[in-house]
Amino acid sequence: MNVAIVGIGIHPFGRHPGVSGLAQGAYAARQALADAGIGWADVECAFGGSMAAGNADTLVSDLGLTGLPFVNVRNGCATGGSALAMADRAIRSGDHDLVMAMGFDKHPPGAFNADPEESGLGRWYGETGLMLTTQFFGMKIQRYMHEYGISAATLAKVAAKAFRNGARNPHAWRRRPLTEEEIANSAMVSHPLTKYMFCSPGEGGIALVLCRADQARRYTSRPVYLSAVSLRTRRFGSFEVFSPWLAPSPPGGRGGPSTDAARAAFETAGLGPKDVDVLQLQDTESGAEIMHMAETGFCKDGEQEALIRDGATEIGGPMPVNTDGGCLANGEPIGASGLRQVYESVLQLRGAAGDRQVPGQPKVAFTHVYGAPGISSCAVLTR
Amino acid sequence: MTTLPEDKAAPVAAGLFSWPGGPRLIGSTCAACGTTTFPVQRSCPRCTGTELRAGPLAETGRLWTWTIQGFEPKPPYAADGPFAPYGVGYVELATEDGRGAVLVESRLTTADPGLLRIGAPMRLTFIPLRRDVSGSRVMTFAFEPAEQIGEAS
Repeated sequence: MNVAIVGIGIHPFGRHPGVSGLAQGAYAARQALADAGIGWADVECAFGGSMAAGNADTLVSDLGLTGLPFVNVRNGCATGGSALAMADRAIRSGDHDLVMAMGFDKHPPGAFNADPEESGLGRWYGETGLMLTTQFFGMKIQRYMHEYGISAATLAKVAAKAFRNGARNPHAWRRRPLTEEEIANSAMVSHPLTKYMFCSPGEGGIALVLCRADQARRYTSRPVYLSAVSLRTRRFGSFEVFSPWLAPSPPGGRGGPSTDAARAAFETAGLGPKDVDVLQLQDTESGAEIMHMAETGFCKDGEQEALIRDGATEIGGPMPVNTDGGCLANGEPIGASGLRQVYESVLQLRGAAGDRQVPGQPKVAFTHVYGAPGISSCAVLTR
Repeated sequence: MTTLPEDKAAPVAAGLFSWPGGPRLIGSTCAACGTTTFPVQRSCPRCTGTELRAGPLAETGRLWTWTIQGFEPKPPYAADGPFAPYGVGYVELATEDGRGAVLVESRLTTADPGLLRIGAPMRLTFIPLRRDVSGSRVMTFAFEPAEQIGEAS
């Protein structure tokens, strides 16, 4: 049983004073239902979540008390990816024909303040100032630049592209293009990464309606197929956020959940990176986009310097990355972030992405999220 | 050898480093596969073995990567102000018996990018975070650039 995405909805990303995260989730859900031409009563089963904005299943009191099974998902940055994976399985197993996956969030301004004890770490780790995702990304790209010759100028180029793409996206938060100089010269947050190279925690909501592929045309003339969705946690030796220690040099390289999740998704889909026309990669900061290009198999380590210089990752390039502006331009409402990538992929495959449409009628899209404490979810979508 | 302030000082947590006297970070090494962890763990995340031996790590090692924390973290960060940027890095340390090795994440004593270089020698030291209610200085471990260290770890 194959799976199709037949409805997509979004609550714009950014800051929305007075609008709860749950309300943004409900808004996205209604948009997705309208896009599929169905009502809430038609949805047989739902999966959704947020990190910081409440329980998704309570949305039934707003959307309708239909009695459907609704499972809350709380899986860090992979919350949306996990909801999507569960929705996919619910259809593939034959249990349900029409399912919703959704995610939303609403975070206060400023960096996340993670609780060490919730991650199985001693309180000292937070008290001494080590429990910051920003530090991890700074240290990971610092090492990567040292090993593979990526320049600081390339970090600025990635962020400049994100804001350029965000300017073309009506749902994005940061819609003002910034020059590479403005980005490079903004405040240093976590060396070598500056303020405008980092995304900010934000707000937003996404909902998707999924169905059996053989029933997709009941709901849309432009179905997009979910060829694969994978979810992986870290293995020994990988370099992850919130790690008081690492193995010195594990045999076979560090690998990581992104590499494992991407490989699994491609294997299931029977496709490879060369088949992909448009991709969305976790860009918590600009270094992450660079490293994730290699980790997910789209290039070799170190090739990013030339690829980015030559415009390969631009909307008109051979491997467009983060066409909607990514996390950098949209911010990161954790529960919604991964599903935003899928929303953008569906728009691109429908040919409905407006000013930021990838030319040449893209046929295959890829999405990748990564987050604490070392999890990744990837998806391959086709039309 | 690094010395700790004798009077009115307390470690930020028990078991991270020997205290007082002859301070060293305390790791654990798996009897089955040789993986070294920091802090001490009860089971090995590599081979799932449960026989791990605690032991001191070397006082010096080499910087594997680094960054500078540029803004004041939110709680549970607990240090007396005013905030000043601080260095953070991973330092590659051998176990003191030379059988294991581990990259330990740590505060660094300098926040000057010009003084930090991947591969540079580093030495263990201790820095005060704050005064606790009894007036004791709460200490944590940190690494400082070292002129020279023995063999590369």
